[in-house]
Amino acid sequence: MKGLPPVLITAIVLVAGFALCAMQFPNIASTRVVGNLLTDNAFLGIVATGMTFVIISGGIDLSVGSVIGFTTVFVALAIERWGVPPLVAFVAILALSAAFGAAMGAVIHVFDLPPFIVTLAGMFLARGASFLLSTESVPITAPVYSTVSDFALRMPGGGRLTAIAIIMLVIVVGGALLLHLTRFGANVYALGGSRTTASLMGVAVGKMTVKIYMLSSLLAGIAGIVFSFYTSAGYSLSAVGVELDTIAAVVIGGTLLTGGQGSVIGTFLGVLIQGLIQTYINFDGTLSSWWTKIATGVLLFAFIALQQGLVALARRPVAKSAGAAT
Amino acid sequence: MENSPDPASPLLEVRGISKSFGAVRALQEVDFTLRAGEIHALLGENGAGKSTLIKVVTGVFPRDAGVVRLGGEEVAPRSAKAALQAGIATVYQEVNLLPNLSVAQNLFLDRQPMRFGIVRDGEMRRRAKTLLADFGLDIDVSAPLGSYSVAVQHVTAIARAVDLSARVLILDEPTASLDRHEVEILFGIMRQLAGRGIGIVFVSHFLDQVYEISDRITVLRNGRLVGERETASLPRIELIRMMLGRELAETTSVRAATREPQPREICASFENYGKSGYVAPFNLELRHGEVVGLAGLLGSGRTETARLVFGAERADRGQAKVEGAPVRLHSPRDGVRHGFGYCPEERKTDGIVAELSVRENIVLALQAKRGLHRPLSRREQDEIARRYVKMLDIRPPDPDRPVGLLSGGNQQKVLLARWLATSPRLLVLDEPTRGIDVGAHAEIIRLIRELCDDGLSLLVISSELDEIVTYSDRVVVLRDRAHIEELAGEAIDVGNILAAIAADGAAIAHEGRA
Repeated sequence: MKGLPPVLITAIVLVAGFALCAMQFPNIASTRVVGNLLTDNAFLGIVATGMTFVIISGGIDLSVGSVIGFTTVFVALAIERWGVPPLVAFVAILALSAAFGAAMGAVIHVFDLPPFIVTLAGMFLARGASFLLSTESVPITAPVYSTVSDFALRMPGGGRLTAIAIIMLVIVVGGALLLHLTRFGANVYALGGSRTTASLMGVAVGKMTVKIYMLSSLLAGIAGIVFSFYTSAGYSLSAVGVELDTIAAVVIGGTLLTGGQGSVIGTFLGVLIQGLIQTYINFDGTLSSWWTKIATGVLLFAFIALQQGLVALARRPVAKSAGAAT
Repeated sequence: MENSPDPASPLLEVRGISKSFGAVRALQEVDFTLRAGEIHALLGENGAGKSTLIKVVTGVFPRDAGVVRLGGEEVAPRSAKAALQAGIATVYQEVNLLPNLSVAQNLFLDRQPMRFGIVRDGEMRRRAKTLLADFGLDIDVSAPLGSYSVAVQHVTAIARAVDLSARVLILDEPTASLDRHEVEILFGIMRQLAGRGIGIVFVSHFLDQVYEISDRITVLRNGRLVGERETASLPRIELIRMMLGRELAETTSVRAATREPQPREICASFENYGKSGYVAPFNLELRHGEVVGLAGLLGSGRTETARLVFGAERADRGQAKVEGAPVRLHSPRDGVRHGFGYCPEERKTDGIVAELSVRENIVLALQAKRGLHRPLSRREQDEIARRYVKMLDIRPPDPDRPVGLLSGGNQQKVLLARWLATSPRLLVLDEPTRGIDVGAHAEIIRLIRELCDDGLSLLVISSELDEIVTYSDRVVVLRDRAHIEELAGEAIDVGNILAAIAADGAAIAHEGRA
């Protein structure tokens, strides 16, 4: 269960890809590069953890990129223009994004609307709101930012495990525990199996929907804060299209886009694969960075095909005998 | 588990339940009594009201009238979940569990053993194993439910229901997709549960299984209670009569109006026609101007025969001939091309398009036959619609009214009109009078006779034996997916059909499920 075979394949792809890259550029196999990989993709790992819950439950959340963008602008303005202490600004934006997600979940459940449409509306709403706050990039100069940016654990070999990479790792581990060890996690899988059946079996489908989208938006808010640490600025155009990178990472990680199967660990590996491709392109130096997108696209395609194959295999033994009754 | 204070008083008591869907009265004043610790078979043909009764009792449908008492106390569940909480659990043929979750998670979803907010996985698996061991299952409970057979999924669903402290367990066609050995296991479990004082309602159309397992039998027909009997003292032929027939005296008089048999030309013939695992090979000749009835119980192969004849299902042996010439019937298109028409049993889902008007529904098949590049003009459409509305007396006589707003009988006439518009040589009618009130019944039967007087060949399926007897020139009797007897002329009467269906109980015993 829990998408083990697909996860294994993702892991194999990652290891094989890493080995290939290391053969061509031996420097890739260093803690320095790995540390950077984790730092560069910290925000993606965080937001993808939330997306994993949403997709396993049979939904989708297109608003996360916009929520990240809004968060960076809000945090930058709050700290730099409105004079709010950074911690207070963080708490405020996390409360705001959690409420935003809860509202989307409530709309999806109460009006029985497709999550695609509701979160698409949320995407425009959040992006529009961030433009409303500021259309230009706002640099953040608060001391806490330089402190956090300077903080890092030294790894053997000279690599730095930065604060935001640590935050990401903690969230990935926490997300995995939440998904696999709690009643909430089991209900997420149940929803992805069938909402009607889950409801018949006693799962409070409405509450679950609200909580799942709340979690996704909350993690998008955290990803936004992390992104503002990463860039030391707030910009309304930041993280455009990140929702799609996120979905790609989740699917490459072996989560079934139709819901019911998947894992946070797989998603983490999916994020690393995307990061690895980007790193390879940086090392090569001659390739356009758009090759990341092309490679991601090819991988995504391969994984969806693979999943369909696995799903077809899994369905075979329970195939119904046709036309049993008159 | 003994819940009722007085063992003689019924566990579940249903009194005077009525339920209508629009103009169709699905249940009328039905009573049903279930004792603690008994296995009670609920029988009836399609449309008899079994499913409706279950759904009304379990709160899936609201009821129009009547009382449900559980252990002497009145209950009125508003949903399946509420019924479950009250102690009435239903396991449907399509198992309502989550195939993507593990067996253990399915058993304990939303009530897993917890410690510090963490599911105690080991404890849950241990409990699941213990629970299933009671049901004779020793399986890996951490594997996804979907990786197991339907039988295991059924048992898991039952185990969950029982563990949720069910006092009444309703099993809706639980054996339909199980093999003989799995059925034995299920029966063992049912007997064990009954021994613990749980009342079990067993819905099935396999009569041998009913005789094997049940203590009492309640039969419904056309939404009414026919009777409640002790299984041991109810002969099989009597049971079949309860399910299918009315009073013999009443029906034989109707047959008086039979027509003189006259030599007619063969319209279509099927030699050694069949499909393995679907219908045993049969020989069937359909003549112009003749009505052939297909009689048998639910699941006997009537609809399967009809679908093979029409081409909706592909035969894997035998030869079909139309007007003496060999033909291929591999798809409904082939059937239509050779002038066949098919009115399926499920009018609402397979037949009419409720949102479209009477006119549009009538011209549908004709337009399909002509092809897209030869559209019917609006004037032609209007004329066709007007002709059939008048000919079949469709009411209200408004061709532009959406079909969904018509009564069941008139919807059936629209379906008939659709096929008549294609000028077919053979029309297959599956339960043409199902869900239609008595007045419209007579009218449909009159129409069937008129149609064949015009030279049309008709193949009619009906569970109403007296009806079949009334209009058929020949009756083919089916049992266990095989044609077992053909009656013609004077031999056609309800008694002979019943005798043929009930004959040789031993032969039915292997139940045709390989």
